[in-house]
Amino acid sequence: MNIVVCVKQVPDTEAPIRIKPDGSGIDEMGLNLVMNYYDEHATEAGLRLKEQFGGTVTLIAAGPERTKEALRTGLAMGADEAMLITGPGLEQSDHLGMARVLAAAIKALPHDLVICGKLSTDDNASIVGPALAELLGLPQATAIAHLEVDASATTALVHREVEGGVEILEVPLPALLTVERSLNEPRYPSLPGIMKAKRKEIKTSTSTDQKVAASSRLTKLVPPPKRQAGRVIEADADKAVAEIVAFLKNDAKVL
Amino acid sequence: MDFQLTEEHRMVQSMVREFASKEILPVAAELDHTETFPQEIIKKAAALGLMGMVVPERYGGAGMDAIAYVVAHEELARASAGVQTIITVSNSLVADPILRYGTQAQRQRYLPGLCDGTRLGCYCLTEPSAGSDAMSLSTTARRDGDEWVLRGTKAFVSSGVEADTCIVYARTGQEGARGISAFIVEKSFPGIAVGKIEKKLGIKCSSTSEIVLDDCRVPADNVLGDLGAGGKIALSTLDGGRLGIAAQAIGIARAALEDSIAYASERQQFGRPIAEFQAIQWMLADMATRIEASRLLAYRAAYLRQQGQRYTKEASMAKLFASETAMWASHKAVQIHGGYGYIQDYAVERYFRDAKITEIYEGTSEIQRLVIARNVMERVQ
Ligand SMILES: Cc1cc2nc3c(=O)[nH]c(=O)nc-3n(C[C@H](O)[C@H](O)[C@H](O)COP(=O)(O)OP(=O)(O)OC[C@H]3O[C@@H](n4cnc5c(N)ncnc54)[C@H](O)[C@@H]3O)c2cc1C
Repeated sequence: MNIVVCVKQVPDTEAPIRIKPDGSGIDEMGLNLVMNYYDEHATEAGLRLKEQFGGTVTLIAAGPERTKEALRTGLAMGADEAMLITGPGLEQSDHLGMARVLAAAIKALPHDLVICGKLSTDDNASIVGPALAELLGLPQATAIAHLEVDASATTALVHREVEGGVEILEVPLPALLTVERSLNEPRYPSLPGIMKAKRKEIKTSTSTDQKVAASSRLTKLVPPPKRQAGRVIEADADKAVAEIVAFLKNDAKVL
Repeated sequence: MDFQLTEEHRMVQSMVREFASKEILPVAAELDHTETFPQEIIKKAAALGLMGMVVPERYGGAGMDAIAYVVAHEELARASAGVQTIITVSNSLVADPILRYGTQAQRQRYLPGLCDGTRLGCYCLTEPSAGSDAMSLSTTARRDGDEWVLRGTKAFVSSGVEADTCIVYARTGQEGARGISAFIVEKSFPGIAVGKIEKKLGIKCSSTSEIVLDDCRVPADNVLGDLGAGGKIALSTLDGGRLGIAAQAIGIARAALEDSIAYASERQQFGRPIAEFQAIQWMLADMATRIEASRLLAYRAAYLRQQGQRYTKEASMAKLFASETAMWASHKAVQIHGGYGYIQDYAVERYFRDAKITEIYEGTSEIQRLVIARNVMERVQ
């Protein structure tokens, strides 16, 4: 089974994020960049299918040169190959543009299954996976929390956690899946894996597609409003209750 | 000069940090209180390549460099100094000398098992009457046909209870360092037994015991290195071992600092977080500074080692400074926590107990100073 896993490099969710003074993006100085957590689960899903059916796991990413570090993490987990697409237009690209760039590269690869994270933790858009499925003409299932592929590797049985229940879907292969974190527990990249990853070549290609940017444009990035300190009402019970009710009605406007 | 960790080092760091925080940290306090050997953790560590970090891949190791070793061991010790002791002893005091001094047959027999966790190593140098003056050891080895017969008692052997692959130093000739030889002794050989098991102040999940050699019979093929080279092997092995202890001390000190920052930011007295008092801030600043200095000393000693240069003095400096930093930082961490630092609900009392060993084993602070002084005075003469 030939499996393609899409990988994005994002700021570590534990790192404090600083926005550039001009609001044009995130200040990357001293920022710890890692593989998007959901993509670790996508890579794990790919590796488990490879262990079951044989074949290859190819990682693919679009982004600046530094993205290779996220790819190398996936190689150290056990992926066979990795590709990076760079290009001058990528920086300004929106999610649909990104999906177009990835689709063009994946079309040239054998793929029985394309796996993406449900979202990336930096901008929470959940667009690239579904858009990529459309562009590749593949059936898709998103945010899957369980995955089984039948013995002949022709259909995937997936579970989706929906409000109040579990949706069980059958998807014919080839297909595109986006994964939830509850799908699996990603393996640690082992030390021998890290050494092997160091020796593997990451193929780099340049996207010259000028249409990548496109349908929407980031105008400004602003920090979220500062959290206000909590208010303590110091009074005896009767008075305090009245004050809290007044607060909920007039200030919080929830009553 | 380049002060950055390489991409490979950072990958090792983030993997071991995640492993340590998910698999070791949650059970570190319990392992300490119950003095339990962390069997499962060692198995998982082996699967990730942590039991043979610097052993080349052809013997089943990960083939990493000495800086990667220091980076990984800081992370392990950050979570549990006791667990890290078990791992560093088997790596740096057992696998490493077998790699450097062993015959091809010895390497093939022992290294793959040490790396994959089916074997565990221990290092038997100290004796009841030979501690700092290790070269005065009195365990004897007498040749008998194709075998050596070892007799004596080794003291304070880390992992003495669980290890199966022991490097034993014994006297085969004259007095002093030149009369000592090293032997690879398997626990299954006749005449070797675990003696008294010590009750300790810290690193409680790592066992410390006597190893009693009562006419223990060892095949002649199991002499490690040349006859009479044991003293040299013991000391050069400790150079590498001291990198592991420096990393351990850095990990403990960092744990003390991180817990102190968290606590000082939460704990309110006199109407504000105690972190706002300058007296507390100065302690945090000094802890951070000494930790950074320790790390740089350790990285540089490791760098010299991987360049194939002499690094005895630098390893001693790193071990000395880092261990005194661990003791000092954990002492301050208890102070910052006040009464809560003195009870077992907070981890700093464990750091305080664990830190002390780093000033004692693999050469006390006094012995490190002696080594350093000898080296710097040699230059002047
Ligand atoms: C938990 C633990 C684990 C250990 N693990 C191992 C192990 O795995 N393998 C192993 O072989 N050993 C191990 N040891 C032994 C350890 O290395 C020794 O305890 C250490 O080397 C000190 O020896 P000693 O205890 O006999 O103290 P001594 O040598 O008796 O020292 C007592 C004091 O005198 C000082 N002193 C001694 N000589 C001098 C001098 N020349 N100048 C100035 N001061 C001096 C010392 O610094 C110390 O303060 C372990 C010890 C402990 C406690």
